Amino acid sequence: MWTWFHKLASPPHFYRLAKALSPWFLVPGLALIAYGTFTGLFIAPPDYQQGDAYRIIYVHVPSAYLSQMAYTVMAIAGGIGLIWRMKLSHAVAAAVAPLGAWFTFLSLATGSIWGRPMWGTWWEWGDPRMMSQLILLFLYLGYMALRASIDDTAKADKASAVLALVGVINLVIVRYSVEWWSSLHQGQTILAEGGPAIDAEMLYPLLANILGFALVFGSLLLRRVRTEVLYRERRTRWVREMILSPQGQT
Amino acid sequence: MKDADADLGEDEDRIFLSNMPGLMAGLAASTRRDLVLAWKRPGDVLNPLFFFVMVLILFPLALGPSAEQLQAIGPGVVWVAALLAMLISLNSLFSADYEDGSLEQWLVSPQPLPVLALGKSVAHWMTSGLPLVLLSPLLAATYGLPAKVIVVLLVTLSLGTIILSLLGSIGAALTVGLHRGTALLSLLVLPLAMPVLLLGSNSVSLAAGNETHTAGVWALAAYATAAISLAPYATAAALRISNE
Amino acid sequence: MTAKLSGRDLTLFRGERCLFKRLNFALNPGEMLLLEGANGSGKTSLLKAILGMLELETGEVSWNGEPVRNRRQRFHAALAWMAHRVGFKADLTLLENLEFERALRPQRGDDIVSVLERLGIERLRQLPMRSLSAGQQRRAALARMLIADVPLWLMDEPFTNLDRAGRALVFKLVREHLGRGGMCVVAAHQDVDIDATIHRIELR
Repeated sequence: MWTWFHKLASPPHFYRLAKALSPWFLVPGLALIAYGTFTGLFIAPPDYQQGDAYRIIYVHVPSAYLSQMAYTVMAIAGGIGLIWRMKLSHAVAAAVAPLGAWFTFLSLATGSIWGRPMWGTWWEWGDPRMMSQLILLFLYLGYMALRASIDDTAKADKASAVLALVGVINLVIVRYSVEWWSSLHQGQTILAEGGPAIDAEMLYPLLANILGFALVFGSLLLRRVRTEVLYRERRTRWVREMILSPQGQT
Repeated sequence: MKDADADLGEDEDRIFLSNMPGLMAGLAASTRRDLVLAWKRPGDVLNPLFFFVMVLILFPLALGPSAEQLQAIGPGVVWVAALLAMLISLNSLFSADYEDGSLEQWLVSPQPLPVLALGKSVAHWMTSGLPLVLLSPLLAATYGLPAKVIVVLLVTLSLGTIILSLLGSIGAALTVGLHRGTALLSLLVLPLAMPVLLLGSNSVSLAAGNETHTAGVWALAAYATAAISLAPYATAAALRISNE
Repeated sequence: MTAKLSGRDLTLFRGERCLFKRLNFALNPGEMLLLEGANGSGKTSLLKAILGMLELETGEVSWNGEPVRNRRQRFHAALAWMAHRVGFKADLTLLENLEFERALRPQRGDDIVSVLERLGIERLRQLPMRSLSAGQQRRAALARMLIADVPLWLMDEPFTNLDRAGRALVFKLVREHLGRGGMCVVAAHQDVDIDATIHRIELR
């Protein structure tokens, strides 16, 4: 078990493993997205209330899920890096942050576009989820800004890991306080949890897209971690040997 | 020989345990030091306070003197001004200690670093949070808030500024020694501060509307308790990292 | 026999640069460890690594045969650190600064005023730190070490900003400290003239 763990944590081994794994995430992911998007946009029936406007959930919901999953990955990776001093783990945290920020932005943008026909406004202050996502975006931006302003990589890794862990606690508090806040100002939101049951014909493409987005996210993350590892290990022998070897430049 | 060494070590442990000043002594010493320093440099305390007052004067100037409107925005405006004033005072929390080398002495102090950091936060709250709290009734009264609401404002601001002092110390510890510290500090601390603002200012608004407001107050109290017990550890970890 | 203070297999990187690799040392009561090398060779970094301020790539520092990482507070209770920056608050008086330091440690050893008398800065005790000269501030840092009354001294360039009398004073204090069974780790780019066991580490 531990030898396996150590082997995984060794940068050259991880680099090769990630390269081998990446297509296994990418190809099924793209296939699922193709199926989900096509079925969702053209085959699933229109909603009896929202008409075709609801179809944006096929992008909105997966992005929202991933934005939160990415933060979890970032905080856990940072925590592992802090506690067990595993450098690869810090590389994962560094690689996942921009992806997470991007998905957060995507979920906000699609939410806002969706809000236009639903609420008649681009931005609904009273919606707790939009507020939490906005704060999540700020947390990502702060995390990346902190990383960018510390020159020493090892120091940036540790400082940003502390920030990510503090941010996790903050996100829990944000979630509950924002819910309380929005319940004060307006009782209802359009998509109440456990609200109107979603039709199976609408649900399956959504599930396909969520899984597909997650797989593509995984593949992108592996790719980004590889780049990050390569950059961080640029002075080491294995990188030099790999670059210089005839079949190496991959 | 081996045993003699072990004894030596144990002896030292015993001396360490019996003579070491308690944690409260360390807490008191670091709080006291910062209070004395603030006393000798009153500008650091007064400037954020002036800023707080100034912001509260800006709103009636910009929005007009309609009593009704001022009463409606009062709770939120006082809270936002307090948040920003706290943020301003955070900048200098660790930078002087970093520059003159006292921070380094803290890192090798026999006292646990989280205790010293908590002492600093206590002093920071007493010199920047507490004055805001004490001044706020006066300013809230000029916004036409009734006495009953001002009491809620006092309670929530006291709790809220405690939380902000502690959260802010984490941000200040993370950015100490960085060139772009000031703007970065706001970017790090503001998202953390949003729930505090939301709970505090809405509780006051609820009180103003004669509705039950206790939920927000209790949530703030719980948050403050959690922050007092956890934030010093994060600050200490951040200080060790920043000083590398 | 295990040494009081020892370092085993120490490697430290700063950014890309390797400052030292697989370094070993051992120090016993009455002995001194002298770190030599040009500016920027990593003397200060080695001191900070011993103190636990910098994270080592490999190896560990032990105090009484126990890794200090596990018993940081106890190790710190046994040492005093004289850094390049004196670490006093410029707005507080000399006495206030030292009283703060003393409040954090066990109350033993000489009282502050008698230590200041020994160092010849007793009459400055009510002055704010900012009005002291650089040399006087170094003496104040020496006072902190004496007041702490601990077995292990770590000193980073203790001779900077000191006149001839000041340097002689440092030598005298170190000699007395070693004579009492204390230990010193000193980073200096000049040779020290002390009659004691001196281990040397040359950094480059």
